[in-house]
Amino acid sequence: MIRQPQPKQEILARRTALLAELAPMLPPDGLITEELRLRPYETDGLSAYRQPPLAVALPETTEQVAAILRFCHRNAIRVVPRGAGTSLSGGALPMADALVIGLMRMNRILSIDYADRLAVVQAGVTNIGITNAVAAQGFFYAPDPSSQLACMIGGNVNMNSGGAHCLKYGVTANNLLGLKIVTIEGDILEIGGAHLDAAGYDWLGLLTGSEGQLAIVTEVTVRILRSPEGARAMLAAFKANAVAGACVDAIIASGIIPVALEFMDRPAIHACEAFAHAGYPLDAEAMLIIEVEGSVAEQDALLDRIRAICERFDPISLKVSNSVAESQAIWKGRKGAFGAVGRISPDYLCMDGTIPTSRLPEVLERIGAMSARYGLQVANIFHAGDGNLHPLIMFDANDPASFHKAETFGADILKLCVEVGGCLTGEHGVGVEKRDLMGVQFSETDLDQQRRIKSAFDSRWLLNPAKVFPLGPLADAGEAAVAA
Amino acid sequence: MQTNFTEAQLADPDIAVANQVLRSCVHCGFCTATCPTFVLLGDELDSPRGRIYLIKDMLENDRPATAEVVRHVDRCLSCLSCMTTCPSGVNYMHLVDHARVHVERTYRRPWHDRLLRAVLAGVLTRPTRLRLALMAAAPFRRLAGHIPGRGVLAARLRALLGLAPAHLPARGAGGPGTYPASGARRGRVALLGGCAQSVLDPGINAAAIRLLTRLGIEVVVGRAPCCGALTHHMGRHDQAMADAAATIAAWDAEIGRDGGLDAIVMTTSGCGTTVKDYGFLFRNAEPALAAAAARVSALALDISEYLTRIDYAPSRPAPGVTLAYHAACSLQHGQKITVEPKALLSRAGFTVKEPAEGHLCCGSAGTYNLMQPEIAARLKARKRAAILATGASVIAAGNIGCLTQLGGDGLVAVHSIELLDWMAGGPKPAALG
Ligand code: SF4
Ligand code: SF4
Repeated sequence: MIRQPQPKQEILARRTALLAELAPMLPPDGLITEELRLRPYETDGLSAYRQPPLAVALPETTEQVAAILRFCHRNAIRVVPRGAGTSLSGGALPMADALVIGLMRMNRILSIDYADRLAVVQAGVTNIGITNAVAAQGFFYAPDPSSQLACMIGGNVNMNSGGAHCLKYGVTANNLLGLKIVTIEGDILEIGGAHLDAAGYDWLGLLTGSEGQLAIVTEVTVRILRSPEGARAMLAAFKANAVAGACVDAIIASGIIPVALEFMDRPAIHACEAFAHAGYPLDAEAMLIIEVEGSVAEQDALLDRIRAICERFDPISLKVSNSVAESQAIWKGRKGAFGAVGRISPDYLCMDGTIPTSRLPEVLERIGAMSARYGLQVANIFHAGDGNLHPLIMFDANDPASFHKAETFGADILKLCVEVGGCLTGEHGVGVEKRDLMGVQFSETDLDQQRRIKSAFDSRWLLNPAKVFPLGPLADAGEAAVAA
Repeated sequence: MQTNFTEAQLADPDIAVANQVLRSCVHCGFCTATCPTFVLLGDELDSPRGRIYLIKDMLENDRPATAEVVRHVDRCLSCLSCMTTCPSGVNYMHLVDHARVHVERTYRRPWHDRLLRAVLAGVLTRPTRLRLALMAAAPFRRLAGHIPGRGVLAARLRALLGLAPAHLPARGAGGPGTYPASGARRGRVALLGGCAQSVLDPGINAAAIRLLTRLGIEVVVGRAPCCGALTHHMGRHDQAMADAAATIAAWDAEIGRDGGLDAIVMTTSGCGTTVKDYGFLFRNAEPALAAAAARVSALALDISEYLTRIDYAPSRPAPGVTLAYHAACSLQHGQKITVEPKALLSRAGFTVKEPAEGHLCCGSAGTYNLMQPEIAARLKARKRAAILATGASVIAAGNIGCLTQLGGDGLVAVHSIELLDWMAGGPKPAALG
């Protein structure tokens, strides 16, 4: 189990009284306090770490969020914000003395402006919900994390989520225009707005990816884009992981930017095919999904060039999707990949590191060697185009030794990413999962500077503490390091 | 997910199955997004993943069900949308069925809840009793809107009385018996009588029989009282298993008679999901029954699957009618039948529209609209709005529960089989005027 700071005894001791005071700030049914009903909130998409919270609040308006935060600030209660609870880095892992604030009920689309290409939505709208709301008019919201069906835009902002199509369209940060946030003091602020850049500091840039540690996001203004005329995916099958890796590097080096360039190895191909029936090549060691978009002529021209590159790598097969239904199945398999791996192994750690694409073949081989050394199977599924790796390390959660091995193996992979010039996280955030590895990437001076920013927003470190930064020697979340 | 069962617990075959289901859940949360109750209520506890967690905790600790857990399990529609979404193949149906039996065995519900459940289980599944009950209720139907009160009791009474049709259809054709094929016999099928459907709308099976016999299929309608689906979903294990066993015995006898059966066909998709699962339900029964159950499940088909197999074709010119096809959850999620019903309706000459959010349940869900009238009403309104947005004023669906839930107030709801029969030479469905 992950090390957590000591719960504040005075909060636990006053629990009943505090919750009684909190309840009237929420709608009926909006405060969950019973032990049994808190259980399902003890974890998120990283279910290896679990801790039931003090209570769960389900506000319906920004004003309610503000009232709750004001109350928590006054009483020094820690707060853990939560969207859909799909974080793979434990971003929504509660603490025993923390109030979870779930934003799932704030799920309304507030306004859509097609002329200026933007939408204002509440934090609890799902990622796909934005695209669904504008699709009929020929628009979409570009960042598409694999969990886009379920994950919520507030969480996307806090994790600066990416997705398969970020190769062309950029990550969340590149598709945001404004935020409504509530500070820990309970002040409601509007950041950015309907325009591209604002005077003064780039607050939007600072808040995006701040993992719920600076403020709670309640409304988001996003850029929506015109849907492309059409898109087609090609499946390219290869005889070895490293060969597919080399092919990715060649495609990127040629100057072509496909909209998506995804990698899957043999275990992943088999698991996803069992779920999506997409016609994946079951005889391959590795497969690339390469998608291009534009007019038919544009697609044809790009696919021809890509095919020519792939052919240099002795592919087993190259297949272009023939219909919308086929493309949908191909993406259904890829987007459901993490869950589908549950068919092979119910327990896995999903890693998330980024490397320069030129190092892909080497990194894949070294991960293969580590897998043999640790005796744990790995499925590789990732956004190859931008070098964002997601090795899934399979273990047996009912066997603690196996879990411990998986954790160590995962840390080794991330250290490898940093060693070859990459970084610890691509899109899942640091959360608790990679917290203690931050020292591999950053010096203490770097980290202290970052901690000071956290302190500037939240001097008592109440907002989602014990994430992102390594715990201090006193098992504090990090506030001691910058207190001086 | 990690689980915590002892060796002794795992020796129980039902717990072993639950453990396997729980182990296969990776806690990714994808299923939350397509769960009707999570979409409406925005609480993890009213999502599939939350329910799985509550059930896991209850079973692992071998704890009697408590009010908190029951509340969230009861709110589950058993629509199985979560199973369609789940990439990991988690069999939520088997888990929640198990939980419902556990609830029935270990939790004492408030008196009015117990009474309502006993009445529904005893009346809906027995056509004669249902007929009498509906006739008795008819005069009070108009009162439904006037029952005061905001409590669950008042809401349920309103929903219950609202269900009673103004005019009960006459006992029509379609009762038990053998209906010979017209012309040369191409096949022989058993048709599920359908307990509540046979009273609420006997015209559905009558249409199925007309169409099938016209296409050269002999149809046998058995006397088995009820397939057990309704009580099964209420966690009334013993009654469900007894009804199911009687149904299996009746059909298995037909399998051995007169050239056997090509299929066991159902026009009530809610029943179909359960009949197709008989093999699982009776896996631990004595061998003869287990084998018969597996035989029956293997033959079970929705009417749309069977008509596709025998190559249904219309004989009348296209009627120029636009339909909204409403996918019953038991068809689209329970049995994963999504293509056939729409293809058949198009083949028959109808213009078929698909409402947005087709994956969301309409709130009917067996007895759900009676047990949870408030959530059911919200889902109904949402579904009707999506249907109205297609511009169609006729709804086609393959399950009577949905038809009763969605029809009325400017929308005519007709069972797909009546439309298909019409276009293949049968009478125009009465509902279309
Ligand atoms: S989608 Fe499947 S694996 Fe994921 S949480 Fe739901 S039931 Fe579990
Ligand atoms: S069966 Fe339907 S209501 Fe129940 S948990 Fe699954 S999706 Fe939700």
